[in-house]
Amino acid sequence: MKELMLGNKAAARGLYEAGCAFVSSYPGTPSTEITEEAVKYDEIYCEWAPNEKVAMEAAFGASLAGKRSFCGMKHVGLNVAADPLYTMSYTGVNAGLVIGVADDAGMHSSQNEQDSRHHAISSKVPMLEPADSAEAREFAMLAYEISEEYDTPVILKMCTRVSHCQSIVETGERTEHSKEYVKDIPKYVMTPANAIRKHPKVEERTARLIEYAEKSPLNRVEKGDGKIGIVCDSTSYLYVKEVFGESADVLKIGMANPLPVQLFKDFAASVEELYVVEELDPVIENHMKTIGLCPKGKDMLPITGEFSQNILRNAFGKEVPGGLSTDEEIPVRPPAMCAGCPHRGLFYVLAKNKCTVLGDIGCYTLAAGAPLNAIEMTLCMGASVSATHGYVKALGQEASEHTVAVLGDSTFMHSGMTGLADIAYNESASTVIILDNSITGMTGHQQNPTTGLNIKGEPAGKVDLEALVKAMGIKRVVVVDPYNLEECDKAVKEELKADEPSVIISRRPCALLKTVKHNPPIYVNPDKCKSCKACMKIGCPAISMKDKAVIDPTQCVGCGVCTQLCKFDAMEGGK
Amino acid sequence: METKNIMIVGVGGQGSLLASKLLGSILLSKGYDVKVSEVHGMSQRGGSVVTYVRFGDKVYSPVIDKGEADYIVSFELLEAARYLPFLKKGGRIVTNTQQMDPMPVITGVAEYPANLVDKMEKAGANVDALDCLSLAEEAGTSKAVNLVLMGRLSHYFDFPQTEWEEAIKASVPAKFLDANLKAFKLGKEN
Repeated sequence: MKELMLGNKAAARGLYEAGCAFVSSYPGTPSTEITEEAVKYDEIYCEWAPNEKVAMEAAFGASLAGKRSFCGMKHVGLNVAADPLYTMSYTGVNAGLVIGVADDAGMHSSQNEQDSRHHAISSKVPMLEPADSAEAREFAMLAYEISEEYDTPVILKMCTRVSHCQSIVETGERTEHSKEYVKDIPKYVMTPANAIRKHPKVEERTARLIEYAEKSPLNRVEKGDGKIGIVCDSTSYLYVKEVFGESADVLKIGMANPLPVQLFKDFAASVEELYVVEELDPVIENHMKTIGLCPKGKDMLPITGEFSQNILRNAFGKEVPGGLSTDEEIPVRPPAMCAGCPHRGLFYVLAKNKCTVLGDIGCYTLAAGAPLNAIEMTLCMGASVSATHGYVKALGQEASEHTVAVLGDSTFMHSGMTGLADIAYNESASTVIILDNSITGMTGHQQNPTTGLNIKGEPAGKVDLEALVKAMGIKRVVVVDPYNLEECDKAVKEELKADEPSVIISRRPCALLKTVKHNPPIYVNPDKCKSCKACMKIGCPAISMKDKAVIDPTQCVGCGVCTQLCKFDAMEGGK
Repeated sequence: METKNIMIVGVGGQGSLLASKLLGSILLSKGYDVKVSEVHGMSQRGGSVVTYVRFGDKVYSPVIDKGEADYIVSFELLEAARYLPFLKKGGRIVTNTQQMDPMPVITGVAEYPANLVDKMEKAGANVDALDCLSLAEEAGTSKAVNLVLMGRLSHYFDFPQTEWEEAIKASVPAKFLDANLKAFKLGKEN
């Protein structure tokens, strides 16, 4: 059946048809929907793991047990899971194991734009790169064949424009695959004595995979008129075809690692001019140069950001279509915390107390924007906690009295806990604020170990944050409601003053959750409003200032934070 | 057929995903090759959002570039103006006249530009501007702005009304079907 499918949904379809039986992932844009779609198939057990390393190790365990397995993550998640990845390359697999990783060239929703192909090369694990939804399905299935044939995990590399583009897919039926587990200590126990025998086998495997890459349909030549020859991969192939149609000779690379040798040489010999079009780093280009070819690539195309047809038209001296324009200055529209977001009140209090706030990965990063400007550092998952510890240790009391770490419930479970262990163990007077909104918000509402629900929304085990934090040795633990500014202010002041580690749990569910009941909207009594703009300090998208403050009733959820800021009692309703 | 390009732009949370689902569904049923690109994640939070819908005999690129859009369908006036450089010469904008202040306007560091419809027309765009929010409310729900816009866009495609209705039925929950069909009709007739 022909269907319009998101790339991520098509990848999930590929998992299903290939007989995948186990999926463990951590959400991360743009990879999240692979797992959210896989869970719709009853034949596949699916779960959200606390982080990518755990997800990958769980998938490895399922492979060991004889079930085809999968773990999904975004590009930076693969850094977290790099530890198991590099040694799984040595152990190999039992049943097929596929790792889905989605890159984000252009950084639509990421803190960097690293190129995952480097991980495939340095871990010596094969990587397949689909360009559209049909290939996402097909390559996912092929990845299992390669995994079992060559005894290796296989990476399926997606990217934003593959993951989040719908294109036409023809689906097939599922076939079941499973294997017996056989105890095999030399294969699976990576002590130095065993690992040292494994490494040469990994190199032999790569040599066999290069032979495969020479002839595999994953890498294919499309003949043009023999003048311009372009090597390209992933969505770069689509931009090349958009601009050149059938005129250029194209070598489409569908297997990013390992790369063939003779195929490149033959292609180079068949064309007059040789180019490489690939997003981000010159991976294919450097390989071609290593084998003695001289393609043009990053000397004419950008190394940053994502490509488009006009970028290629420009680089190749083709006509670029002109658009329309007015001279009008169009104000930017950056994303902002939603009306009623429970994070807003807490960040208002932190800004008012002139705190140095070391932040983390999640919706709350939006507090770095105007008018709150309340976050001074965002690095990677969990870094708020460990960096606060280092900052406070480096500066002592002068820092501990105004510095806080902020991170969400899901991020805390992902890798904030280990930083807190550092604080408890090495005794810094750090203050950590866990913004517990009972969901993984930024990626679109996924459950996590603190929510008490599993990926299907069914009751599940629940980590008790207060008990956990106390068990880790933190004596000062206080829970506040971020809609109550006075309560937050008191807790922040007290915990900053304390000369020992403390944790504040700011607890209120995300305002976008369907289970959250909203108050009626607040409205401004224009007779009382003095246009003092106090209510504008919280950056609520529902409030704007005309002559008087105005609240958009379609956005306002009656959280009452603005009411607490108004000295003239002009905010009415909301209850 | 040469590839046609429709951009759907708006503010995160306004319902552009349903509009692209509806378009994708009807274009697929007409036998076209179709690509629909969305951006999920961070930009959902009240930021500027854009969806690319491309169809034709064979569609390669997942995105629409500057100077390539045949149509821009906009849920909000400022967003129509923001993406104007993507419109092809002679292209058409179908826009809601609703204005939503972006954060720089809320915080007072920028002003919401005036007379945007006139300015876009002067720049050479064909502009259909209509108060979709009022029409959606007339249809029974303020959430049907997307269907009003689709109704208006349907003017420019000679697909039979029944096919649009089939696509709407396939894209919206049954309990909202009547309001959505009415919103589509109001958009088409105004």
